[in-house]
Amino acid sequence: MIWKTLKVGFHRLGSPPSFYRFSTLVSPWLWAGFALCTAIGVYYALYVVPPDYQQSDSFRILYVHVPSAWQAMAGYVVMSILAAIALVWRIRMTEIMAMMCAPIGAAFTAICLATGSIWGRPMWGTWWEWDARLTSMLVLLFIYLGIMGLYAAFEDRRKGARVACILVLVGLVNIPIIHFSVEWWTTLHQGKTIRIFGESSMHYSMMPPLIWMTIAVKLMFGAALLDRSRNELLTQDRRKGWVQKKLIQEELK
Amino acid sequence: MTPTRKKRLAVVGLLVLGVSTATAIALVALNDNVRFSIGPSEIVAGDYPEGRQLRLGGLVAAGSVSRDPASLAVTFQVTDCIHEIPVTFNGILPDLFREGQGVIAHGSLAPDGVFHAHEVLARHDETYMPPEVERAMALAGSGLVCGEPLEDHLATVRGETR
Repeated sequence: MIWKTLKVGFHRLGSPPSFYRFSTLVSPWLWAGFALCTAIGVYYALYVVPPDYQQSDSFRILYVHVPSAWQAMAGYVVMSILAAIALVWRIRMTEIMAMMCAPIGAAFTAICLATGSIWGRPMWGTWWEWDARLTSMLVLLFIYLGIMGLYAAFEDRRKGARVACILVLVGLVNIPIIHFSVEWWTTLHQGKTIRIFGESSMHYSMMPPLIWMTIAVKLMFGAALLDRSRNELLTQDRRKGWVQKKLIQEELK
Repeated sequence: MTPTRKKRLAVVGLLVLGVSTATAIALVALNDNVRFSIGPSEIVAGDYPEGRQLRLGGLVAAGSVSRDPASLAVTFQVTDCIHEIPVTFNGILPDLFREGQGVIAHGSLAPDGVFHAHEVLARHDETYMPPEVERAMALAGSGLVCGEPLEDHLATVRGETR
């Protein structure tokens, strides 16, 4: 029963007018949740959490750096799943959504690289070093940009999306490399602090803002993905009947 | 699932599998070049010739840092808890540099066995805690020592403060 409802819901979402309605309805709530979680997270990060014993206040940048890094990678996994569905089932909505993941993921990767660099200068003593973690993260940024470029290079959007989806799946191999780089090789970047299984090497009093910011960033990814996909859909279908009807309806309101 | 989709799914699966295998093989082959630094024991073992540029990684040995009061020159020992290598450096050290801290010195080995660094980077040890916890830890004499697994150390830290 539940399975059937889910299946019907998924099929409905595949139809452009339903997606348009769904995303217009859901994305404001995601944006609101993002604003709320960010406000709580920033308050905790800047006022509540104690300074670190070694780095004093400089460590607070991790509350932006770490959630962005996680989202840059999680976003890529989401994009790969959408790309695989798009390649096998040729559902147009998943093609569009997979392609719209790329600029958001690229932005998070850039934030991660920039905040890491700003932190690295005083702490490590360098803006940039070619260690395995930093390099693989930079490669992720280039893969994201490559996907965006490839998609934009085709006159036919659907063809562009299908070709770029293959690149998405090729680039997927970089995600485990980023994750395990600090374990497989000696790197300048520290090993992982937060563990899902087992105890983290971060004092529990410093955890709350990290959790709030992680949720905030996830909500923002969802909201931006829905908005971007809706806009792309409207642009692609601007000459189609359902869009014209929608726009006239909104004009009359 | 229709046969066409089954075929496409197989192609997608093969694509991911093929790329992963090729990358894994390449990375295993490149293993030694991907590592960022080498340890004191490998230098003592004579794996690396004198004068070659390399990155030496390890902990700053406790009580080994001596600074020249008239200049920025500093000498210290880098240890992996088995062997120690003396390092000289003339420049500004990063904020995280201290005794017991992980560092990476970029430079070359002189014939007298001293490592001349032109750049010293500090490693962060992935541990985050408030200063009170660190003070409590120091009082209890439970600072991280050579040979102690990090997990045990952290358990001690948590036990002190909860």
